[in-house]
Amino acid sequence: MATHRSSRWSQRRLAPWLFLAPGALLFLLYVIIPIGQSVWISFYDWDGLGAATWIGLRNYADLLDDDSFYTSLRNNVWWLVLYLLAIPAGLAIALFLNQTVTGIRLYKSLFFFPFVISQVVVGLIFSWFYAPDFGLLPRILGFLTGTETAILADERYATFGIIAAGLWPQIAYCMILYLTGLNNINPEQVEAARMDNARGFAMLWHIVLPQLRPATFIALVVTVIGALRSFDLVSIMTAGGPYGSTRVLSYFMYEQSLSEYGTAMGYGAAIAVVLFAIMLVFISLFITRMLMQERNA
Amino acid sequence: MNILKGLTGLGFAMALSAGTALAGELVINSDQSDPAPKKAMEELIAGFEAANPGIKVKWNNFDHEGYKAAIRNFLTADPPDVAAWYAGNRMAPFVKAGLFEPVDDVWAANGFNDQLKSAATSMTIDGKKWGVPYTYYQWGIYYNKEAYKKAGAEAPKTWAEFVSNCEKFKAAGIDCLTTGTKALWPAAGIFDYLNLRVNGYDFHMDLANGKIPWTDDRVRAVFAEWAKIQPYTTANHAAIDWQDAAALLSQGKAANYVMGNFAVATFRDGGMTNDTLGFMVFPEITPGVPRAEDAPTDTFHIPSGAKNKEDARKFLAYLGSPDAQTRMNATLGQLPTNNTSSVGDDPFLRQGFEMLSTAYALAQFFDRDAPADMAKAGMEGFQEFMVKPENLDKILARLEKTRQKVHAQ
Repeated sequence: MATHRSSRWSQRRLAPWLFLAPGALLFLLYVIIPIGQSVWISFYDWDGLGAATWIGLRNYADLLDDDSFYTSLRNNVWWLVLYLLAIPAGLAIALFLNQTVTGIRLYKSLFFFPFVISQVVVGLIFSWFYAPDFGLLPRILGFLTGTETAILADERYATFGIIAAGLWPQIAYCMILYLTGLNNINPEQVEAARMDNARGFAMLWHIVLPQLRPATFIALVVTVIGALRSFDLVSIMTAGGPYGSTRVLSYFMYEQSLSEYGTAMGYGAAIAVVLFAIMLVFISLFITRMLMQERNA
Repeated sequence: MNILKGLTGLGFAMALSAGTALAGELVINSDQSDPAPKKAMEELIAGFEAANPGIKVKWNNFDHEGYKAAIRNFLTADPPDVAAWYAGNRMAPFVKAGLFEPVDDVWAANGFNDQLKSAATSMTIDGKKWGVPYTYYQWGIYYNKEAYKKAGAEAPKTWAEFVSNCEKFKAAGIDCLTTGTKALWPAAGIFDYLNLRVNGYDFHMDLANGKIPWTDDRVRAVFAEWAKIQPYTTANHAAIDWQDAAALLSQGKAANYVMGNFAVATFRDGGMTNDTLGFMVFPEITPGVPRAEDAPTDTFHIPSGAKNKEDARKFLAYLGSPDAQTRMNATLGQLPTNNTSSVGDDPFLRQGFEMLSTAYALAQFFDRDAPADMAKAGMEGFQEFMVKPENLDKILARLEKTRQKVHAQ
């Protein structure tokens, strides 16, 4: 009898770990260990082929002395700030589409379309849109101002041109998050607010938005992470050019260690570690918030 | 070009499936993904198998762009018996890491030391030869004869004439010089030629190899010449690819293009004929500087981890032979490196062959002569200079910093 009880007890203790084991093992193998390896490689001077030499923190010292690093960092900040526009824009479209008229499903799918197509395709479409000589935008600008500007070849505009392309699918993503959120709005609260004479902005601010908080939280998380890991669009649209002015950290890392001319594995790893540290700040903030909410609930 | 990068992953996948070799089987990895090179390679393999019964070639053909990333993986993980690559400093990382095998014996046994003499320097590192070259092509100025006629300009004999022509082209609304630097490397062609003509081959190679600071006055002299033609260069060059610029030349919107001979096919697709397309040697700038040219060479190597080195040597011997090179280059539309091979009938090939065989020396191209990190930083600097010549001091300071970092290691 006693043994029976103790085996049940150990089952209860063990079972969660057993169920967690496959996931934890994969997480360890594909996430935790590679992170450790990246940090480790970042202390070496290594071309990926020959012998690696321990150089301590020199890769990081070099980074601090590298203009490209600051360009990438500055661009990442621009990405982060401007990408957040996707949240209000997505909300606006979601509010606009949250009505019942004929064919609304079609409109919703059309608005959602940019999120469905691949980032590579988005990048190509926007490259053509911006292309001098045959692109639509230079034509319009030429008509309005008299001079055609090649957005992606001008260091002043190129990063913003890419961010605009990135916003297109990101807005659609935020929109769909808010549309689902709007479905779950409690109609009784809206009804009650209406009786209290709440309309327009007051209704949105005090009644609708608080109920959309979970959606806003998710939209914020995916947008921040999306902005920090931006790579595809930069690679497709400018390859970091003109003369490196549209680099972001992730692309800079790729350039330094994996691209045609990049053999500096240690240096690339150091960039990856910096990017990871930046992400970690945001991720910890998000996780803390989530834990706090769970505790309150 | 960027689309091709997407295929990199495919390259990796193929590298994994390249697999193990059987006895009498020769595994070749290469990157002949375009139609003409692919056909030339097929012919080469068929010829080799006919000449060596009993050897069966297993050819893994990679996407051209993906290959550059894939080679690092397969050389260490699963080396083939023969691998395609490039001459000059571009092969240095693999040589230094001990991943290629010296093949001086193949050169000696097949008389390559005489027949492939022009490529010998670019195949040599630390006094040993590390592969066999099979093709190269010339660089120079391709021009639109009709644009010259329209602007009332004569084909220039000197650099001064070339520069003064630009004013005439400008008056006619034609870009004097076109290029597309979106992928960076076309800008390096212009730099190579200006430096080869202003300071000569030896200086150029010393600069590429980090022996001369970028802030040297002789380097500034090169950019001073460049500044003369910079205002007459296609304004949007940083936004377009080299093929887009080729279209500008074909349409007569631009007059001159510093390019490699592979562009001739693109010009012809754009409607140009031997009557409208012209080729000239880049004109002399500093009098008395011996004329050197860019002629990038493509090569095959034996990885040190190859399983079937005996047959690999037979393959390299066949690859270097006059007949094989004559046939292969006829299909490629390029020049054979073997000086006893015969050159195709194409007028541009003939001109190129003439030009290269009388040159003082041949450079490989900036991104093959300079170490990779230096090449990348340099090409970005050239592009920036072409957009903002006023940034020259900043650019040179940055390149000098890169040089010191690259050569400190």
